[in-house]
Amino acid sequence: MIPLNDPLDRDLVLEIPTDIQSIEGAVDYVMSHCISCVEQARRLNLNFRVGLTEALSNAMLYGNGRDPSKNVVVEVGVHEGALRAKIRDQGVGFDPDTVPDPTLPENLARPCGRGLFLMRELLDEVSYNEQGNEVTLVLRLDSAVTLEGGAQA
Amino acid sequence: MSFEVSKSDGVTLIEVEGQLIVGNRQELKQQVLEQLEDGDRKFVIDFAETGYIDSSGLGVLVSLSKKIREQGGELRLSSLNEDLRTLFELTKLDTLFRIADDKEQALEGF
Repeated sequence: MIPLNDPLDRDLVLEIPTDIQSIEGAVDYVMSHCISCVEQARRLNLNFRVGLTEALSNAMLYGNGRDPSKNVVVEVGVHEGALRAKIRDQGVGFDPDTVPDPTLPENLARPCGRGLFLMRELLDEVSYNEQGNEVTLVLRLDSAVTLEGGAQA
Repeated sequence: MSFEVSKSDGVTLIEVEGQLIVGNRQELKQQVLEQLEDGDRKFVIDFAETGYIDSSGLGVLVSLSKKIREQGGELRLSSLNEDLRTLFELTKLDTLFRIADDKEQALEGF
């Protein structure tokens, strides 16, 4: 594991081989550990689920290029009243600022390019590391909560 | 995900059960393309039993809609739950598709 530079309660860490069939199960597993966030049910089940699914999908499809020998690492924790997830692939990274707005009329009929847009729309914060192979998703919570079985924020 | 295909008055109805996501989107795409190749032109995809569609699933719907239109047909969607409607509105895909409240409304006058 690569050490993190900022605090994150690392009570849930997954290392997932690149296999798009595994995304649904991995997301379900993470969600099952967030049941304490029940007061935030819709933000959890829609906003966080969508963000995590899209981040995993991007990491496997574009980051790791569908290479099954490469893994994706997911770290999820609660810190300072926010649910945070870091998703890191083994790719060379990309510049998220170069992804076009899929809602512009000229892009509306394009079959791809909506994943990052949805993450940015649904999460409170979305940021990439300098290399562009690790994304951090932040969903702010109204009150302090814990991951199931994990440390309290 | 699974889906059930039926035909009614020249309209092909595909009822999806489960999530339409990157891991299974090709199954739905293949099914619709086969029906299109067989001559079907009017399609309704019903999501009454679908909790979630990811961006890849949305992309497949966009792609299928385009292919169907190119053949002179139309793809309508129906029964989007509140979360799905939110996703379609955020991405402005609600402006690209004709979306009915339920399959009966989608089939009406098709």
